[in-house]
Amino acid sequence: MSTLTVSLSRGHVEILQFLRDRAAVVFTFLFPAMLLLLFGTIFGSDGEDGGAAASRIFTASMIAYGILTTAFVTMGSGLALDREDGTLKRLRGTPMPMVAYMIGKALLVLLLSVAETVLLLLVGVLVFDMPLPPAAHWLTFAWVFVLSVVVCSLLGVAVSAIVKNARSAGAILNVPVVALQFISGVFIYPVIQLPEWLQNVASIFPVRWVAQAFRSVFLPDAAKAQEIGGAWHLGQVAMVLGVWCVVGLALCLLTFRWSSRSK
Amino acid sequence: MVSGDVAAVEVKDAVVRWGDTTAVDGVSLSLGRGRVLALLGHNGAGKTSLLQVCEGFRRPDDGTARVLGLDPVGDHDELMPRLGIMLQSGGVYPWAAAGEILRLFAGFAANPLDPDMLLDRLGLRKVERTRFRRLSGGEQQRLSLAVALVGRPELVFLDEPTAGMDTEARHTTWQLIEELRADGVSVLLTTHLLDEAERLADDVVIMRNGRVAATGTPAELTAAAGIDLLEVRADPGLDLTGLRAHHTVTETSPGEYTISGALDTTGLAGVLTWFAAADAQVTAVNSRRRTLEDVYLSLTAAHATVGAGK
Repeated sequence: MSTLTVSLSRGHVEILQFLRDRAAVVFTFLFPAMLLLLFGTIFGSDGEDGGAAASRIFTASMIAYGILTTAFVTMGSGLALDREDGTLKRLRGTPMPMVAYMIGKALLVLLLSVAETVLLLLVGVLVFDMPLPPAAHWLTFAWVFVLSVVVCSLLGVAVSAIVKNARSAGAILNVPVVALQFISGVFIYPVIQLPEWLQNVASIFPVRWVAQAFRSVFLPDAAKAQEIGGAWHLGQVAMVLGVWCVVGLALCLLTFRWSSRSK
Repeated sequence: MVSGDVAAVEVKDAVVRWGDTTAVDGVSLSLGRGRVLALLGHNGAGKTSLLQVCEGFRRPDDGTARVLGLDPVGDHDELMPRLGIMLQSGGVYPWAAAGEILRLFAGFAANPLDPDMLLDRLGLRKVERTRFRRLSGGEQQRLSLAVALVGRPELVFLDEPTAGMDTEARHTTWQLIEELRADGVSVLLTTHLLDEAERLADDVVIMRNGRVAATGTPAELTAAAGIDLLEVRADPGLDLTGLRAHHTVTETSPGEYTISGALDTTGLAGVLTWFAAADAQVTAVNSRRRTLEDVYLSLTAAHATVGAGK
């Protein structure tokens, strides 16, 4: 069978696996939408000072969170689990090409990320009356989406190597996820109210740039005044994400192991 | 099938260390094409570590391993389509059903066996739609075996293939292994079960503390040990003093004598001569050969004296 067919059947099993694990569906997949409903409701959906409504800002920012959970957390914990329970090792003992394993995982991540984003947009549009952006913005949306899914997946693979015990993978992976969201303008907006050094720290990591780019897609142009430097900086977004792609890939190649370090 | 002159497995002076522990300490073994080799030993004797080297999961810390003439680590991609590997446990998607798993693995092979046939043969048909995590231990083992065999391998590594199986499944597995051998497939298996080794194996390697304690065919290993016990039926109540000079003798019930110790040809003749001299009417003689189990127990229980046979 061709690598493509093998990859597709690998992806199929990955997706079955995910959907049948109800805990994963609820905690990984539905959690960002639940948070959005909570935040949106608590902070209100009225526009303030002609700016964007809080619920709308949250919708845009939460897409970054959605991708973090579906790509970074799902990839990282899934790989840690496959490694710990010997699935990876067993697959290594078959003619399956390595690339088919990764494509299988990538298909799962891609499907989940698309579904997660659609779900968040539906909540935004249906519950909080968020208007959909003009056609030109969807192009930005597309490249930001693809780049951020790739970056988060690669970093998930890389971080899985330092997860010693799959049981704790969720907890370990969520530490950077939650911490970065607080300093990257997802939970606390606008990010310019944070101390400058914290803004600088946030700017090293991809989350700030992803959230900012999604806000540029869904918020009115005037909202850019609330961003660091008072502009959307899309060129910089592409650059930072591109660099993280390279860093992530290098880390993956350096740290990838087929089985746990212990016997 | 490729030429038979290259051994299926050729391990020379292999050493495997895990941290400070030396699991395999200078082991050599050779498995010919179409033969079945059983690796015996206690838990922790180094069997699985040695298999890991053959399966290409790690390099030996010293020594060499060639599998089908290839390097199991360096030639991984070339080798894998020709191998079937059954790991000791775990490692199948817990949420996927037995049938889905087997079909996925069949999909990795260029010319797989019919998954349905394997499901039927291994009695997995009724759990085809059951998720792996809900299978019993024996069912998981059978699925693991099916996964190892589905790619029509030339050489299979089976790590304790019948552990946790019930008697029926065990016999099916033995039958499958015998069929593999008849088809020219080479088999390297580890086991704790002496009857399994005795029935299946052409060659036996007994490992102890990471070293080879004994090798040979089951017949060679048991024959070397000779006759273990002689049961003689004769007149009851004989005075055994003379016989006890050279043997351990007990009259287990009136007229039933069991004799052990020094039962080589001369010893046997001596025993029967003694009965003749005692004017006893011998009505039955029964010899009990040592089983592989006896050999195994004496080898693995013995102290360093037996250990070092490289």
